[in-house]
Amino acid sequence: MTTTLTESRTTTAPTTGATVHLSAVVKAFAGHTALNSIDLEVAPGELVALLGPSGCGKTTALRSISGLESIDSGRILIDGEDVAETPTNKRDIGMVFQAYSLFPHMTVLENVEFGLKMRKVAATRRRERALETLDMVGLTKHRDRFAHQLSGGQQQRVALARALVTRPRVLLLDEPLSALDAKVRVQLREEIRRIQTELGITTVFVTHDQEEALAVADRVAVMRDGRIEQIGTPEELYATPANAFVADFVGLSNRMPAELIDGTVTLHGCSLNLLGASMPDGPVLALVRPEDMFLAADGIAGTVISSSFLGSLRRTRVRLFDGTVVAIQHEVERHPLPGEAVSVRLKGAPVSALPPKHKK
Amino acid sequence: MSLATAPAPEQDGVEHSARHHPRVALVKPSNRRRRLAYAGLTPFAAYVLIFLALPTILAVVTGFFSDDGTLTFDNVTGLFTPTIIATFGSSFWLSGVSAVIGAVVGALICYAMLGTRVGGVLRTIIESAASVLAQFGGVMLAFAFIATIGVQGLVTVILRDTFGVDIFADGVWLYQVPGLVLPYVYFQVPLMVITFLPALTALRPQWAEASATLGGTRFAYWRHIAAPVVAPAFLGSLLLLFANAFSSFATAAALISQGSQIVPLQIRAALVSETVLGRENMAGALALGMIVVMVVVMWAYSVLQSRTSRWQR
Amino acid sequence: MSASRTAPVQRGETASTRAKPANQAVRIGAEPSALTRRLILGIIGAIFLIPVIAMIEFTFRNGLAGDYTVSHWTGLFSEDSARTYRGLYQAIGNSLVLAAVTVGIVLLLLLPTMVLVHMQLPRLKRTLEFICIIPITVPAIVLVVGLAPVYSVVVKVLGGSTWTLAFAYGITVLPYAYRAIQSNLDAIPVKTLSEAASTLGAGWMTVLWTILLPNLRRGVLAASFISIAVVLGEFTIASLLNRRNLQTALLQVSQSDPWVAVIFALFALALAFVLLLIIGRLGSATLSRRKS
Repeated sequence: MTTTLTESRTTTAPTTGATVHLSAVVKAFAGHTALNSIDLEVAPGELVALLGPSGCGKTTALRSISGLESIDSGRILIDGEDVAETPTNKRDIGMVFQAYSLFPHMTVLENVEFGLKMRKVAATRRRERALETLDMVGLTKHRDRFAHQLSGGQQQRVALARALVTRPRVLLLDEPLSALDAKVRVQLREEIRRIQTELGITTVFVTHDQEEALAVADRVAVMRDGRIEQIGTPEELYATPANAFVADFVGLSNRMPAELIDGTVTLHGCSLNLLGASMPDGPVLALVRPEDMFLAADGIAGTVISSSFLGSLRRTRVRLFDGTVVAIQHEVERHPLPGEAVSVRLKGAPVSALPPKHKK
Repeated sequence: MSLATAPAPEQDGVEHSARHHPRVALVKPSNRRRRLAYAGLTPFAAYVLIFLALPTILAVVTGFFSDDGTLTFDNVTGLFTPTIIATFGSSFWLSGVSAVIGAVVGALICYAMLGTRVGGVLRTIIESAASVLAQFGGVMLAFAFIATIGVQGLVTVILRDTFGVDIFADGVWLYQVPGLVLPYVYFQVPLMVITFLPALTALRPQWAEASATLGGTRFAYWRHIAAPVVAPAFLGSLLLLFANAFSSFATAAALISQGSQIVPLQIRAALVSETVLGRENMAGALALGMIVVMVVVMWAYSVLQSRTSRWQR
Repeated sequence: MSASRTAPVQRGETASTRAKPANQAVRIGAEPSALTRRLILGIIGAIFLIPVIAMIEFTFRNGLAGDYTVSHWTGLFSEDSARTYRGLYQAIGNSLVLAAVTVGIVLLLLLPTMVLVHMQLPRLKRTLEFICIIPITVPAIVLVVGLAPVYSVVVKVLGGSTWTLAFAYGITVLPYAYRAIQSNLDAIPVKTLSEAASTLGAGWMTVLWTILLPNLRRGVLAASFISIAVVLGEFTIASLLNRRNLQTALLQVSQSDPWVAVIFALFALALAFVLLLIIGRLGSATLSRRKS
C-alpha cells in the first residue's frame, strides 16, 4: 500500500454544493445495529469519504442520506432542511452505485437524459445538457451504445454523468470503483475528484479501500461497528490516528511487542510517545509505520527475508532477532539480499498501540 | 478451444506437456479423436431420426397422399372446408383466451413473488407447485374440473343450493369448448409462472434505486424501466402459452368424448375413424396445419427474442 | 424547500419513527408490499386449491345420495381390491416400466451426447439445442400421426410389449431433460476443469468419470425426475396408439368407478409434487453452493 499523499487537495472551486448534516442517526436491522448514533457534517463542495471494513455501516449511512433506507431516530439535514419526510425522488441528489445500475434498454444518452426527463425538461434542452455532461466524462462518441457494449469503467462514467446531469445538491458514491480493475480504478477516482472539484458539488464517497479514501477525499471518516471512530484530513488520520483501529486500518503498520511504562511505549530501548487514548501500563503491541524505521549500521539485529522494488522506494521484510517480522521502507539505492544480516533502527515517531493479545 | 483441435503453440497447458514429452504427438490422436467424437453421436442421431424426424415427416407427408398411395392435394384443400376452418377458429379462440388469462394471472403471481428469497421456502413451494400444475393437464385435470364444476361438482352444488345460482342454466357448457377455458387456465397460469418469473426477478434493485435518486416516482419506474425491460419476456411467454394450449390434447380428450370442436380432437377423430369428411389421411393434413401454426408462433417468438437481443446480453 | 419543514429534533424523531417503523426498508422498486403479496398469493392460491379440494371431497361421496362414506378409500385395501383393480395396477406397472426405460434413454443416449458435444464438438451445441427443442413445436398429437406407421414396424421388430412406447416418450421429455442437464453443464467450468486435469496428466475418460459426472449429478437427477413426472402424466400417445398406461387406465376406470380413479389421480399428483419439490431443492442447493 502506497502512502504517498502528494495529491493536491486544494478546494478553490466555487462552493455551490449544499451542506449535509447527520446528527445522532440510529438505524438497526433485525438485531443488528448498522448505525449507532452517527454525527457527520459535510461542508458545501467538500468530498468526505466514509471508510471502513464491510459491515461497518458506511453504505447504510449513505443510503440513509439518499432516502433509500429509513432511519430509526436522529436527523438528516440537507441544506439545513430535515429530509425525514422527503422521499428519495424529491431529495435532489445524485447517486452512483457499485455496478450494473445503467438501464439496460436505454442508450448511453437516454440513460443520462433520464433525470432531466423526470424533471420535465424540454427535449432539446435535455439532449443539450446530457451531451454536455457526457462530454465531461469523455464518452460523447459512445452516446448510442447500450450498457452491455461498454467496459466496466465506461459504465461507471456514464453512471456518473447520469447522476450529475441534474446538478444535484449532493453527490453520493457507493463504492463506485470497487468492481473495476486496479488501473481503471486509479484513473477514474482522479477523474471523479477533478469533476467534483470543478462543479463544487458536495460529495459523500463510500469505500473500503483506504488508499482510495486518502487519495481523493478532503476528509475521511473511519467507521467501525456503526460508529465513526475518527474523522479528519488524510494527513491527520495517518499521522495522528485517534486509536489503534484507525492506525491499523489506515496505512500499513508493523506490530511489534513493546512495553508501556508511564504512558510511554518502550520498544527495543527506544521511548516513543503513545498516540490516541491512554492505556494501562504493561505489555502492548506497538504499531510502527514502515517509514518510521530504517536500516542502519547498528541497532536491532535481524535477517532479510525479501525485498521488493516499489518504484520510488523499496520495501524490505526483515525477521528481527526476537522473531518479529517487520516491513521497512527505504531508498531504492540500498538493495538488501535475502539472508543478509542487517540492523534496524527506529526514527522515534509517536506510535499507536494495541492490547497485547489483539487479533485482527 | 476444444481438446480435439490441433493445439496452436501459444495455447493452454495441453501442448506444454507435449513440449516436455516430444514423443507424445497430439496432432494425430486429436484428428482420430474428433472422428471418434463424431462417431459417438451416432446412437443419439439414429434415435432422433427414427422417433422424431421420421414421424414428423410421415405425419406431414401422409397428408399429401390418398389411401392408395397416389399424390393428392385433396386432404390439404380439405383443410379449407368450413368445418375444419371453424375447428381451427375454435382452437385459436381457446388458445388465445386461455393464454391471455393465464399470462395476466401468472404475471400477477410473479409480481407478488418479487422480493422473496431465491431458494426460500415460499419460492420453492410455489415453483414446485407450478411445475406440477403445468404438467397437470390431461385426464387428472378433467377429473378435477368434473368434481368442481361438473353437474354434481362441489362448486356447482354449493352455488345452486346455497346461493341459488345455476351455472348450467343455459345448458352444460363444461363439455363444450368454453368449458375448456377454465381447465386450460389451470395449467396456463403455472406455465406462465415458470417462464416469466426469471425475467421479472432479473429486474435489478439498482435500477429502481437509480430511478428514485434521479427523481423518478414508483410509477415512472414501472413505466420507463420495469415495463419496457420485461415486455419482451412477457410477450414471449404469451406466445409459449398460446402454443401450449394449441397443442394440448389430453384435457380436451378426457372432457369431450363426443364431437371434434378443436384441431387435436379432429386429429383423434381422423385417426380413430380413418375417414373424416370422407377423406383418407386427413390426420396428416391436420397435423400439417398444426405444424404450420406452431412454426409461425415459434418464429414470432424467435423474432421477438432477436429484436430484444439488441440490448440484452 | 421551505425552512418551515425543518422540524425540531424531538418532532423529527417521532415523525420518522412513526412514518417508517424500524426494520422496514423503504419501498423503492418493483416489490409489492407484504400485504399486497399475501392478498395476491392468498386469493389465487385459494382458487387453485378448489379443484384439488373438490377432488378430495368427491372421493368421500356416497354415490349420488349426498352423504359421505370412507368406503372408496377402505375399498382400496380390501382383500379383493387386487382383483377388482387388476387392470389399473397393471397399468401403473406399465407406467413405471415406461418411466424407467425413458430415464434410461435420457441417461444412455442424451447425457453422453450432451457431454460429448459440450467437451469435444462445441460447434454442434446450437444444433443439438435446436433438435432438443423441436418436440415443443411438434407436439405429441402431431407426432402420434407419424408414430403410428413407425410403431407398426417397431412392433414387428421388437414385439408389442409396453416398454417400446418409451422410445416415443424419450422424445417428449427431450426439451425438459435437455434444459435440466444443460443448465448444470453451463454452471460448471468444464473447460477449466478438464484443462486443469489434463495438465495433471489425466486422460479424457478420466476427466469424464472423475470430474465431470460427479459435478453433473444434480442436473442428471433433475432430468430424471422431470422425465418420470412427464411419463406418469402422459396420455396422448398411449391413448392414440391404443396402449395401456396410468392415464388411459384412469380414464377407463373412471367410467365404472370414478371414485377410485380420482383417488389414484390424487396419488399421482402428490407423487409428482414430491418429485418436483426435490428438483426445486436440488436447484436451490446448486445455487447456494455457487454463491458461497
